[in-house]
Amino acid sequence: MTATLDAKVPAGPLEDKWDNHRFGIRLVNPANKRKYRIIVVGTGLAGASAAATLAELGYNVDVFTFHDSPRRAHSIAAQGGINAAKNYRNDGDSVFRLFYDTVKGGDFRSREANVYRLAQVSNEIIDQCAAQGVPFAREYGGLLDNRSFGGAQVSRTFYARGQTGQQLLLGAYQAMARQIHLGTVTLHTRSEMLDVVLKDGSAAGIVVRDLATGAVTSHSAHAVVLATGGYSNVFYLSTNAMACNVTAVWRAHRKGAYFANPCFTQIHPTCIPASDEFQSKLTLMSESLRNDGRIWVPRNHDDGRPPDQIPDPDRDYYLERIYPSFGNLAPRDIASRAAMRMIETNLGVGPLKNGVYLDFADAIGRLGRSVIETRYGNLFEMYQRITDEDPYTAPMRIYPAPHYTMGGLWVDYNLMTTVPGLYCIGEANFSDHGANRLGASALMQGLADGYFVIPYTIGDYLASHLNRPPVSTSDPVFVEAERAVQDQVDRLLSIRGTRTVDDFHRELGKIMIEHCGMARSRSGLEKAIAEIPALKAEFLADVRVPGSAATLNQSLEKAGRMLDFFELAELMCRDALDREESCGGHFRIEHQTEEGEARRNDEDCAHVSAWAWEGEGAAAVKHAEELRFEYVTLAQRSYR
Amino acid sequence: MDVTLRVWRQAGPDAHGEFKTYPATGVPAEASFLEMLDMVNERLTLAGDDPIVFDHDCREGICGSCGVMINGQPHGPQLGTATCQLHMRKFSHGDTIIVEPWRAAGFPIVRDLMVDRSALDRIVEAGGYISAPTGSAPDANLIPVPQEAAETAMDAAACIGCGACVAACPNSAAQLFTAAKIVHLNLLPQGQPERDRRVTAMVETMEAHFGSCTNHGECQQACPKGISIDTIALMNRDYLRAKLADRRLTGRR
Repeated sequence: MTATLDAKVPAGPLEDKWDNHRFGIRLVNPANKRKYRIIVVGTGLAGASAAATLAELGYNVDVFTFHDSPRRAHSIAAQGGINAAKNYRNDGDSVFRLFYDTVKGGDFRSREANVYRLAQVSNEIIDQCAAQGVPFAREYGGLLDNRSFGGAQVSRTFYARGQTGQQLLLGAYQAMARQIHLGTVTLHTRSEMLDVVLKDGSAAGIVVRDLATGAVTSHSAHAVVLATGGYSNVFYLSTNAMACNVTAVWRAHRKGAYFANPCFTQIHPTCIPASDEFQSKLTLMSESLRNDGRIWVPRNHDDGRPPDQIPDPDRDYYLERIYPSFGNLAPRDIASRAAMRMIETNLGVGPLKNGVYLDFADAIGRLGRSVIETRYGNLFEMYQRITDEDPYTAPMRIYPAPHYTMGGLWVDYNLMTTVPGLYCIGEANFSDHGANRLGASALMQGLADGYFVIPYTIGDYLASHLNRPPVSTSDPVFVEAERAVQDQVDRLLSIRGTRTVDDFHRELGKIMIEHCGMARSRSGLEKAIAEIPALKAEFLADVRVPGSAATLNQSLEKAGRMLDFFELAELMCRDALDREESCGGHFRIEHQTEEGEARRNDEDCAHVSAWAWEGEGAAAVKHAEELRFEYVTLAQRSYR
Repeated sequence: MDVTLRVWRQAGPDAHGEFKTYPATGVPAEASFLEMLDMVNERLTLAGDDPIVFDHDCREGICGSCGVMINGQPHGPQLGTATCQLHMRKFSHGDTIIVEPWRAAGFPIVRDLMVDRSALDRIVEAGGYISAPTGSAPDANLIPVPQEAAETAMDAAACIGCGACVAACPNSAAQLFTAAKIVHLNLLPQGQPERDRRVTAMVETMEAHFGSCTNHGECQQACPKGISIDTIALMNRDYLRAKLADRRLTGRR
């Protein structure tokens, strides 16, 4: 059963849509803006930039983060850079080229109008961040530097050393701090959103738990914006921070927001492999390393020699062999799958045979150690700190790890979910990256949504609510939601079983990485769909959550998030099973070319799969948004 | 390896606190310090105890959430390393490791090893920004920034806001944190219009929450990002300059 979703894409030529739309939507007069209250959940790039900008416009903003400070959000860990179509290098870049590259890189599974708007506002983002004092890399003349990133053929990436995400986040955080000082933003720290509350079908507010005291409280507003990031931690081991989770958007999903393309997840090829079973997370090494590093494995799986004693004929530089034109710079999904195949065929290296070599010996020989040190010194240092191995003398070991999720809550062109008044921005929504995200595009999207899209589009909704106060938090809808949250907390604490939350998380992660990771099959997905609810049932019967509800209780926080990961995991597998094609990060082994490459199915699958929650135990129902491509030509990606 | 932990346990901000001893046995040398704490917490949970509470998140040394005193040193023995990036291979089999929360009056204890560092946010809110409302920016290349200024600003902007500098200081001063932000913004052309206001407001807010600097230099040693105390000298110079330039103060006693 499918229904058609209205994405509310404006009419007119692609390049005029956003301008026409901005003119067509309703405005809220400046004197009236102060009559509105908006809730923003999450303080990463999207949330902080939205909160700051909405407050600058005159709205009253309540912003919530579960961290002790807004500056901790995981946007801070992004290394590489941020794309923009400035064409400062005079190398032929343009808004249209950035748009085209992003749609193609997403393997033709994103909405043209959204991506074009993203490319349009990319330039304003750089202007905005530079004005805020983000210390971007500069040329000697004082102008901004750029680099080429993630296989792009133009140099459009702006960066601040290997800490671009940190600097952009601090810029947005500081803009928000200014508003906090002015009293237009009210900051709620250590406050975790546990439910969205609806009144007459529209968003009326949220229920949060104070993580320090355990108090459950309600907050009402005219509109709610979720900016709560991605869900890679469903795999347990990922490059995400420990606390990243799906709870906010999943609970919105349970209240009626459709969840789009949950199976579109990205596995990043250059992470440090796990060293033991207690490993809690994986560390990403910037993709830029592939510019100079050569990836290889020994040809012989029982080659016991140290890497520097294995001569060239006994090495397989498999990316250069299979993809001669792109070589070591093949896109993330291609490079990740190739590494996975090497390890599956028992060619992995390292003590646990779970990595491939990334070798800088040739580059050091060609350019000298000092050049490599300038380019990658901080990354080499980080690698050595973690592994105790010196990458200047021995090759790095790398392995792919879950990194980013393209799927998320379905939103229309205004970034509103299927629940009126409930918006979703940044990685938490599904909007702009299709089936695969290009490097340096995540920061661009988070800031585009927060600084330049939602501040306009939210006004169109709010205009119709003038002079209507927010729903009272003593309304039965809030009382009921608070009780449900408290009931769940009490239930988790009353189980007193024999296994820890992390133990279940590790087990769920193993199921997901095996069956819904880099390669997916019908039989594997069916197996996972059977195993996940059984594991959830066992969790509810046997998890041990120590402590009480009325104190700071980190096990309790994790246990609540686990419940949502179980349900999400099942939906990811159902979505992966339903999507009978391979595209971007979604690779179904039944759908590949003779050479083992992804085979898209544009006939049947050129759509967004938006899933509706039908209640606990019932299968989610799919609604399809057909994707129409008027400005790009669908083509099979080839990197050979 | 096997180590013994002596950990500060405190059930809440006003509760009585004390050291408790826990064995951490069979810890792989490859494990990080926080992974070792995770293992201990798994065992405590199964044994019916409350796990040790500590702040942590990214585990790659950039979010600034983590930080504990390890044998009296903020973030432990390895120079330029946040707690999450410290590995057990830096310790020896049989070691006793003392683990405490940041010790500073400006950072009240929340629970166990977790403290409240929100006073640092108050310092930023007082003026740690450039007022540039969204939409008002000129083209980015209309504001050239000398590369040296951009690099030095970036050195200071690398601060992760963990609070180790405060914990290391005998006076619990927050000079290094505050100076890092001031130097980042005051060095840039974009930061000039608010230069005097910024330093004045931030320094005075800092002094309301934290102790005074007496040039011990412990903060620089403890900083996981290697921020230099030169920034404090630059901050002091800017503060003095702002006070001398403030015409409202001229002639007043």
